[in-house]
Amino acid sequence: MGEKERLLKIFYSMVKIRRVEECLADLFSKGKIPGFIHVGIGQEAIAAGVCSCLEAEDSIFTTHRGHGQALAKGIDLNRFMAEIYGRKDGFCKGKSGSMHIASREAGVVGSNGIVGGSLPISLGTAFASMYKGENKVTVCFFGDGASNQGTFHESLNLAAIWDLPVVFCCENNGWAQFTPQKVYMKLEDISKRAESYGMAGVTVDGDDVLKVREEAEKAVARARKGEGPTLLECKTRRWFGHYVGDAQKYRSPAEVQQAREFDPVFKFGKFLLESGHISTAHVDTVEAGIKSEIEEAIAFAESSPVAGAEELFNDVYAELPNGRDLR
Amino acid sequence: MRETRYIRAITEALSEEMARDEDVFIIGEDVGVPGGAFSATKGLLETYGERRVKDTPISESAIVGLAIGAAVQGLRPVAEIMFADFLAVCMDQIVNQLAKSRYMFGGMYKLPVVIRTPCGGGLNAGPQHSQCLESWFAHVPGLKVVMPATPYDVKGLLKSAVRDDNPVLFLENKALYALKGEIPDGEYLVPIGKAEVKRTGKDVTVVATSRMVHQALEGAKTLSKEGIDVEVIDLRTITPLDKETIFDSVGKTSKLVVAHEAVKAFGIGAEIAAMVCEEMFDRLKAPVARVGAPFVPVPFNLENLYLPNSDDVVKAVRRVMKY
Repeated sequence: MGEKERLLKIFYSMVKIRRVEECLADLFSKGKIPGFIHVGIGQEAIAAGVCSCLEAEDSIFTTHRGHGQALAKGIDLNRFMAEIYGRKDGFCKGKSGSMHIASREAGVVGSNGIVGGSLPISLGTAFASMYKGENKVTVCFFGDGASNQGTFHESLNLAAIWDLPVVFCCENNGWAQFTPQKVYMKLEDISKRAESYGMAGVTVDGDDVLKVREEAEKAVARARKGEGPTLLECKTRRWFGHYVGDAQKYRSPAEVQQAREFDPVFKFGKFLLESGHISTAHVDTVEAGIKSEIEEAIAFAESSPVAGAEELFNDVYAELPNGRDLR
Repeated sequence: MRETRYIRAITEALSEEMARDEDVFIIGEDVGVPGGAFSATKGLLETYGERRVKDTPISESAIVGLAIGAAVQGLRPVAEIMFADFLAVCMDQIVNQLAKSRYMFGGMYKLPVVIRTPCGGGLNAGPQHSQCLESWFAHVPGLKVVMPATPYDVKGLLKSAVRDDNPVLFLENKALYALKGEIPDGEYLVPIGKAEVKRTGKDVTVVATSRMVHQALEGAKTLSKEGIDVEVIDLRTITPLDKETIFDSVGKTSKLVVAHEAVKAFGIGAEIAAMVCEEMFDRLKAPVARVGAPFVPVPFNLENLYLPNSDDVVKAVRRVMKY
């Protein structure tokens, strides 16, 4: 793939994440989606930049705020939407919803509802690649809040001593749910912790997709060559609340407004236009293409059946011994 | 047949499964050169090498998490947690990750993860190294919980656990590690989910687990001198529970005692008693009795007062018989 093609693909990915999440917030507000929805609007450059460095067979782990990473990794939008609707044609038969999205085909091993819960599991896919001599890379996305969990410490230390092919990508949006970074951490740069584990660590402007890609490329190459893990911290901003519907009373309106002045999608689009990589007509085509993709996905999801009672007992165990209830 | 200790039967099972299946690997603290805190993995590093016998930092969550990720990619990890008490350190990885990852992802993954760990008292190891916590895990759908009482069962069940496509919490009993017993020379398996009638009797059923199986058998000898004929069932697997064997026996004896080393309150004895009351109340001729530890932490200095023993089983049976 040539450089221009790569850039256009990244742009498409970023716009798609933005529009899908806007649509999900809207659908949720209208009561069409059950459960919780957490959007990462304003953080698209990280998912798009990092996943542009990965191959189809590489693995990612993501979080409760994980739509963007799954989409950037190439998850099928129809089945993604059906899953969020809780319908049978979703990747997890409707059992995961937004918070636990996964797709084996796309290498989205799993999204996790426990903050810091994926970090130890990401060691395992990286270990399996090494064990089988497969040369696959794992990227574990997590937030700044997760970096204070014990699993962060355990996972980074173990990955470092075994040179596991994993990239720990911290999306630092400055908020651990309702609490700002300065309240819960003395450090400004989480990547500084890398040194204490004996691994490479770097902080990058997470709103600049090309800078994210540049550092992610180095980290992925390092992992693939067997040179060990990297802690890649991408600083970004959370435009909306912790969840859709969060009034953010703990944040000043001025701070929220300021966050929205850093728009990674707009910034990258402007760069592509000004550098002559794309025209405004191209932008219109991208928007139209994504709009029809989303419309198709919603139609697919809404026409997919809701699981019946027969699904309640399925998938607890790999088999169903003695009838339905294993007790 | 030949005589083997419980601990060596574990080593044999691990070694045989590693020889049989390249995807099986061992992970845990001190499992390599030291061969594990209780020597369960002794010699495996020499035979199978560093690639397949992975010594880790003291990081229980990382051990279990790594096992989950590796299992998702088709490997069959056997993780050792040095003491069952330390399961509490990695509870999220076991309960929220391992036990949920099949259901939550709609059956996308198989999770053939074995977590081996020694439970139980008897070593004066105190409150943080002696607990029996099986009921915590039996309460979590998605896990299988196994508690072997003999060298024969520990080997056969461990081999079955390694071949099982589900997470198996394999609770060994450290007070039984030195126990000797007969095992066959050739390969054999013991199925998960099957209890065993260790002693047939017509008067009363004693369902026991792990170390208490031996206490129940000893108690049955005493009671037979009093003319009480006790049937002893070794549960062997906690989940999935072998209701059939329990119900068949209680159907015959109409009297039930459940004996476990764990704290009696909210233990599996309560579950079995409730199950029998719900489903065969009309067959019971006496209230169900439970034998278990008192509702206190395992004491370092007063362990002999704490641990349930064969006398407790005898007393419970007499109480039931007198009713």
